[in-house]
Amino acid sequence: MAPVQVVNVSLPALPSGWSAEKDFKPVGGLSAATQRNIEAVGPHFLAHARRKRHNRTFSEDERIQAKQNVAKTEDEENMDISEDEDPTMFTREAKDWKGQDHYAVLGLTKYRWRATPEQIKKAHRKKVLRHHPDKKAASGKSDENDNFFKCIQKATELMLDPVRRRQFDSVDEAAEMDPPSKKQLAKGYFKAWAPVFHAEGRFSNKQPVPQLGNDDSTQEEVESFYNFWYNFDSWRTFEYLDEDIPDDGEGRDQKRHTEKKNANARRKRKQEDNVRLREMLDEVMAGDERIKKFRQQARAGKDAKRKAKEDEIKRVAEEKERARVEAEESKKAAEESAKADREKNKKAKEAAKNAAKKNKRVLKGSVKDVNYFADGEASASQVDSVLGDVELIMGKIDVDELAVLAEKLTIAGKDGAAVKSAWSAEGSRLVGAGKVKEGELKAFA
Amino acid sequence: MGDAVNGVAAQAERFAIGISFGNSYSSIARISADGKAEVIANEEGDRQIPSVLSYIEGEEYHGTQAKAQLIRNSGNTVAYFRDFLGKDFKSIDPTPCHASAHPQQSESTIAFSIRDTPSETPNSATVSEITTRHLRRLKQSATDFLGKEVNAAVITVPTNFADAQREALVAAAKAAGIDVLQLIHEPVAAVMAYDARPEATVADKLTVVADLGGTRSDVAVVACRGGIYTILATAHDYELGGASLDQIIIDHFAKEFLKKHKIDPREDARGLAKLKLEGEATRKALSLSSNAQLSIESLANGIDFGSTVNRTRFELLSGKVFGQFTGLIEQVVKKADLDVLDIDEVIFSGGASHTPKIAQLARNIFPEKTAILAPSTLTSAINPSELSARGAAFQASLVQEFDHEDIEQSIHPMVTVTPHLSKAIGVEFSSNTDTTFQPLLNAETALPARRIAQYVAPKEGGDVLVRVCEGARDIKVTKPEPKAKEEKPANDEDSDFSDEDDEEEEDIREIVWKTEKPVAELAVKGVKAGAKVEVMVHVNPDLGLQIAVREVGGSTAVRGAINGSS
Repeated sequence: MAPVQVVNVSLPALPSGWSAEKDFKPVGGLSAATQRNIEAVGPHFLAHARRKRHNRTFSEDERIQAKQNVAKTEDEENMDISEDEDPTMFTREAKDWKGQDHYAVLGLTKYRWRATPEQIKKAHRKKVLRHHPDKKAASGKSDENDNFFKCIQKATELMLDPVRRRQFDSVDEAAEMDPPSKKQLAKGYFKAWAPVFHAEGRFSNKQPVPQLGNDDSTQEEVESFYNFWYNFDSWRTFEYLDEDIPDDGEGRDQKRHTEKKNANARRKRKQEDNVRLREMLDEVMAGDERIKKFRQQARAGKDAKRKAKEDEIKRVAEEKERARVEAEESKKAAEESAKADREKNKKAKEAAKNAAKKNKRVLKGSVKDVNYFADGEASASQVDSVLGDVELIMGKIDVDELAVLAEKLTIAGKDGAAVKSAWSAEGSRLVGAGKVKEGELKAFA
Repeated sequence: MGDAVNGVAAQAERFAIGISFGNSYSSIARISADGKAEVIANEEGDRQIPSVLSYIEGEEYHGTQAKAQLIRNSGNTVAYFRDFLGKDFKSIDPTPCHASAHPQQSESTIAFSIRDTPSETPNSATVSEITTRHLRRLKQSATDFLGKEVNAAVITVPTNFADAQREALVAAAKAAGIDVLQLIHEPVAAVMAYDARPEATVADKLTVVADLGGTRSDVAVVACRGGIYTILATAHDYELGGASLDQIIIDHFAKEFLKKHKIDPREDARGLAKLKLEGEATRKALSLSSNAQLSIESLANGIDFGSTVNRTRFELLSGKVFGQFTGLIEQVVKKADLDVLDIDEVIFSGGASHTPKIAQLARNIFPEKTAILAPSTLTSAINPSELSARGAAFQASLVQEFDHEDIEQSIHPMVTVTPHLSKAIGVEFSSNTDTTFQPLLNAETALPARRIAQYVAPKEGGDVLVRVCEGARDIKVTKPEPKAKEEKPANDEDSDFSDEDDEEEEDIREIVWKTEKPVAELAVKGVKAGAKVEVMVHVNPDLGLQIAVREVGGSTAVRGAINGSS
């Protein structure tokens, strides 16, 4: 990393008398640093960012980077492809290429449908280097027909043609994953089924394929998984298993017949495959605890909802009843209080009436007592005018004023002048208030 | 197809290029298989693609073709729009757009009113929309050239690009189908273009990047410490650029035309546009040869015009503008609290940097040891117009594999803001006669940092002392011995220049390192004769130090640590 600079200046010799513990003597610190923004570019910055983010020191980072680099190169070299051939393979006839396992021939059984074209090319090259007829001749083990070399060539040709490779992959039994056994299922349901779906997913036109997941998958995930698989869009074809069509010009009918037969067989196989997948799915779904769980949850949720609804209804009814009772009670109370009030009013009114009657009597009596302000026998006209005025005033004044006047008159007693002045005062007050017109009063004017 | 066969979705692979998006010109570049940066030519063969879009009856023209439309279709031609991106109308300077579509306010952004459809009524296209169209064309050119869909890019921006402008640029690029991996600063991209060359070595240096563009000039001081870059200071001039030089050429020829025909071609918009276009070409030609021609048909009143100008004449006329360029450079050095002696390298970037005189003037400002990286002073210099695109391409090749999240985390201020040494750290050598100081970690080194150096031990071997100190550089000014003036009266009149040179030679200025503050002393005992001593200094972000000293080849090392401030 940091390049070593070589400086051609000679270091000073140690002055005599210099000594320190472990030959190191700290003298001072550094001056304060300035904060600056470094530019986020360049390989050295990336190294800096890596160190800072992962909290590594220089040497740690160097070590980790070195390790990673080594791992990379090893990976490339190891990229296998040196699977040894099964001796039975050498005994095969090249013309029986249809029956051979092309991946085994190329030494790619580890990868199978996952092998990239790049890997296939590399594998082919490796195999050719080893099995080329010229090499065989050199080592004296000549295979007269170069059968295995031809097998390699055939396999490569087929594998590098995407259409034909799909045809082979469709019927590649070695890549098939059998549904798990009971024993495997007991160990873990999803763990046992997952590789089956992973393998089956290779036939999907739509990628990526949703995977089975685990116990903790959400309902959404599970639903999308089953939706996807029940509507599986597969590219699997069965052309590879076709019977060979005779190539001679003669048997045209024969040819047509075979073609028809092949097409039928393909269709049948495809159907069977679809049925197989569907049945498998049914089986998986039947045993899927998650679905039961979700159903239970849904039911529990529904129950809870229903309960909540019922509770609500009950609560509302109760509230209504309570409100009704309360209203009734308050009505009753109001009625009672109104009745009491009425009676009280009646009494008060009667009392007031009595008082007023009494007061009126006092009023009438007052003028009578003073002999209608006449000295001696009062003339009829005088009596009449005084009484007329008394009536007029009594008619004009209200109960309270009546009471006041009655009191005044009672105090005045039989003193004619006092009684007259009281009446006159009342009369003039009424005139002042505009209740009685001037001149209406005769005796008390 | 192969992937699909395997049942694995063919994932959209990321394929990134570097884009330099300028006001006047844009460039696209990528790193070729052998690790070299190459600038991609568009369909017309241009490596500097004018950032111009033009519309005729709904047909879109881009680059050089669009630029030619500035003469006859200026109203529907959009140019010089980069700096408007992400700004509001109040804060823009629309001067460069005088001769093209004028920017207008549209809600919170800026728009151009152009007829970009076959219909007669003009449409309002926002500056973001224009940028998207421009970037889409660039992307298409790169895709056509490389034969592979380009879908990501690193784009260069000026150092003073605000956050809003960055966001607007990223959004515009996204609309054009370009995933912006990172926005990097133009001066740093230029430095990196030089440092990414296979033959370049990592060294500590202070670089001045003079980005002299078409309409604006930006100068920055960049410190490079162990491959990590820090911008120390920047200066901008929004009115200085290649256009200022073009104006001189235009005025020169216009005066000539005026004298001949009594018509000023600059008064006619079309004549001015023609002069501008041809003047720019002439100015560029003058950078390469000492004579350049200009010929315009029907410049004004149907009169054809043809003339030549030579470089000396041009340089004489442009003296003032050149002075502004060099002034800007000197200003930024001063702003960074540095002296021209501190500068190790001057990188000229941008189109106007082709002008030989500017680099020569810079040569005179800076001392001998400073490398001036411009085409006229250094034959191995990279084309200045391509620097930022190359730097961006290099960065794109580095971060192409990373996730967005990874990049974002890496460019987060948490990572990028770091303490920098304020003083150099080095080793002091004292002999009987004097003490000298050799810096090991220079000032402005980003922390944490580690440096290793080997020093020669005394010839006779024995015990040696390593004194680690902080140092400061001083500028020593010495007056040279007064030279006996060579009296040459005959030459006096015509040697104005040389006289001035003589006067400037008065003082000899040089850098002298001085020990400021000792930090630690270490002793290595029993060093063999002629051996070397290796010193490793590691500085933590908290200014703590670890120092290890050992004899090269020796097994034991003397170690020590000094705790940091916090």
